[in-house]
Amino acid sequence: MIAEKQASQAVAEILGHYKKEKKNLIPLLQEVQTKLGYLPRKALQEIADFLEMPEVEVWGVATFYNQFRFVPLGKYHTVVCMGTACHLAGGRLILEALERELSIKVGETAEDGNFSLERVACIGCCMLAPVVVIKDKIHPKMTPFKVEEALIPYKQEAQGELKEGKSKSKS
Amino acid sequence: MTFEEISNKAKSEWEALQRGSYILIGTATCGRAAGALDVVDAFKKGLTRQGLDVLIIQVGCMGLCYAEPLVTISKPGSLRVVYSNVTPEIVPRLVEGYVAGDDPCLELALGTLEGGGGEAVYIPELPRFEYELRLILRCCGYSNPENINHYIANGGYSGLEKALKISPEKIIGELKKSGLRGRGGAGFPAHLKWELCRKAGGTPKYVICNADEGDPGAFMDRVVLESDPHQVIEGMIIAGYAIGAEQGYIYVRAEYPLAIERIQIALKQARKLGFLGDNILGGDFGFHIEIAAGAGAFVSGEATALVAAMEGRRSEPRPRPPRLSEAGLWNKPTLLNNVKTFAFVPLIIERGGNWFASIGTEGSKGTAMFTLAGKVANVGLAEVPMGTTLSKLVYDIGGGIAKDKEFKAVQIGGPSGGCLPESLLNIPIDYDSLREAGSMMGSGGMIVMDENNCMVDAARFFIDFSTKESCGKCTMCRLGTLQMLRILEDITAGRGGIDDIALLLALAEDVKAGSLCGLGQTAPNPVLTTMRYFRDEYEAHILEKRCPARVCPELTVYYILPDKCDRACEHCILTCPTKAIKGDKGEVKIIDQVKCSKCGTCLEVCPPEYNAVVKLSPVSLLPASKLSERKAGK
Repeated sequence: MIAEKQASQAVAEILGHYKKEKKNLIPLLQEVQTKLGYLPRKALQEIADFLEMPEVEVWGVATFYNQFRFVPLGKYHTVVCMGTACHLAGGRLILEALERELSIKVGETAEDGNFSLERVACIGCCMLAPVVVIKDKIHPKMTPFKVEEALIPYKQEAQGELKEGKSKSKS
Repeated sequence: MTFEEISNKAKSEWEALQRGSYILIGTATCGRAAGALDVVDAFKKGLTRQGLDVLIIQVGCMGLCYAEPLVTISKPGSLRVVYSNVTPEIVPRLVEGYVAGDDPCLELALGTLEGGGGEAVYIPELPRFEYELRLILRCCGYSNPENINHYIANGGYSGLEKALKISPEKIIGELKKSGLRGRGGAGFPAHLKWELCRKAGGTPKYVICNADEGDPGAFMDRVVLESDPHQVIEGMIIAGYAIGAEQGYIYVRAEYPLAIERIQIALKQARKLGFLGDNILGGDFGFHIEIAAGAGAFVSGEATALVAAMEGRRSEPRPRPPRLSEAGLWNKPTLLNNVKTFAFVPLIIERGGNWFASIGTEGSKGTAMFTLAGKVANVGLAEVPMGTTLSKLVYDIGGGIAKDKEFKAVQIGGPSGGCLPESLLNIPIDYDSLREAGSMMGSGGMIVMDENNCMVDAARFFIDFSTKESCGKCTMCRLGTLQMLRILEDITAGRGGIDDIALLLALAEDVKAGSLCGLGQTAPNPVLTTMRYFRDEYEAHILEKRCPARVCPELTVYYILPDKCDRACEHCILTCPTKAIKGDKGEVKIIDQVKCSKCGTCLEVCPPEYNAVVKLSPVSLLPASKLSERKAGK
């Protein structure tokens, strides 16, 4: 997570490129999220102050749209497609398998910050259904068993870094 | 530069390209998902290794998504050969074989674009192209979407050039003759919308292209924008001229980053050549286009909700009238059309309204574009004349049902559409026939379902989507769909009563009547059509606690047939993700029904020579001893 002060600075810089017009709210939210990875409460306050509108109105808009997130994503953000083609090919089973394997529910980020799980309505590559996207890599034609396999390298990487971190702190 | 000079320059660039060798690689989102960018890298490496200087052009989508990544190798004086499902591993062979040598590697090819009659498959003679008529898709996958000259060399912007020489009235007149109806789903006559906007008082006026494609399983608009974006831009400029607007916006989902990137490039190139700007093609008319990136809300596809989103508000629809043509963006007259509607306009102006009207049926003119997905063999995109039957689309173009399964239903129009059974496969695709059958044209998503899909579960899926995407403004849409979802959840879990059917029907009518916009008014369609055509499945779930397709987890169990189980094999034990299967070596394997997550992995991994795992529904089919075990376990 980016430190609060840095985040404020980043938001201020983005605000500098915009006019104080209400129509800029959504592009502003989009740019801040692209920069910070999510929308921290403080950033929403700062946007509200800038546009001179009530903070609750900014929240109203931000929570309306699917794109906006209010918690940081995991290092290995995992997206499961729940579009029609994926659903018909067993998307629900894939989602259940991911929840089971990652020990988090959809919409959550794991406590250690490694994995987060999100469902989306359709990513539009229906010929590969059912599809899971882990850290921007598309995993086609998934089965519950393949979910387990697909996660292994990421889990290993996460664990490896954990060990490395520990040994560093020891030395 | 005059248009003639621009056009000549583009044509000579295109002809020069044809005189040399080049490689086309489809890198639209679907191609990328299948690994097209790795293929691009492999070609670059392969060409360098061979010391060859051959142009690689990243193109859009040919509509043959099932065959991605697609590569076309073009050599002067030789056949243009298209290769399907290309992987980096086979690229060196293609480079050595055909780019450097004379072996077209036909065993790896999907077919050729020239010739015919030879040993290779001649792609234009594939069965699907007998029924397709590609207007919007005509250049998709063959020309570079990031090079405006490719578009111009293939006739692009000549519609605009012609339009600027005639009066706005005459343009709208051509549109009227053409019979073009809005391709966003509702099918409102395009010329009427344009006429209303033109006559509306108040300036400035705006043109908006609705590219907020949110329907799960539909990606036509994305393909058009990624593969041939200039036709949409040209259509919008003509619209601006016809209604008297100087500013246009393309409202596109932020989830389509590649489409946004390619539109940006296209806009820049169009500005540079003077198709956009203050004095278009040296005349008095000026028009500008900007991109507005939508933040993801299905309801934003509704016209008034889209305008609200563009103004920076929650994307909630408002009552109409006033229409957008009177009070749209910033309360000014606004023309809003779908991506495909705009894409048809340049062709209509160039070739005439009568030409367009000669294609299609009495009430629906031109072509319709569909994405074919689900259980169909050839997932992809198709463009057919209106009036083509569903069966031609599913069987002749889509190649029928994958894996030799039985056809069950085809779902058209996404969450707003309906599921149609086999008996209706002969109805023609046009606005009115589909509406009569209880479905709708929608934006063009078509999902095929087979015997392994449960229709009650499908209805539950769509209502779940509508519930999540309801903006919450109207009570019936917000809470009515939620109640429908609860009832459907009960039915699929075996808790339904026979009265639920009447209750669902009544609620469906109420939601339709009590909702302001299209989302709510059409949300019950999947439930209504599945009840109309597949009522037996609802009754089986309710009366027999049986899911005929054996999909609904609460009504289905997996069982290992003791006399078929090999005993020595442990495939199922080793792969079961919940460790629900027990049995020592040499023993019959038994599924612990409490632990079982019904994922079906055991059925998949059980070697075909044993085929010992079966799926049973209702649960009572489980042999008695196992059932008692199950109860005891609970």
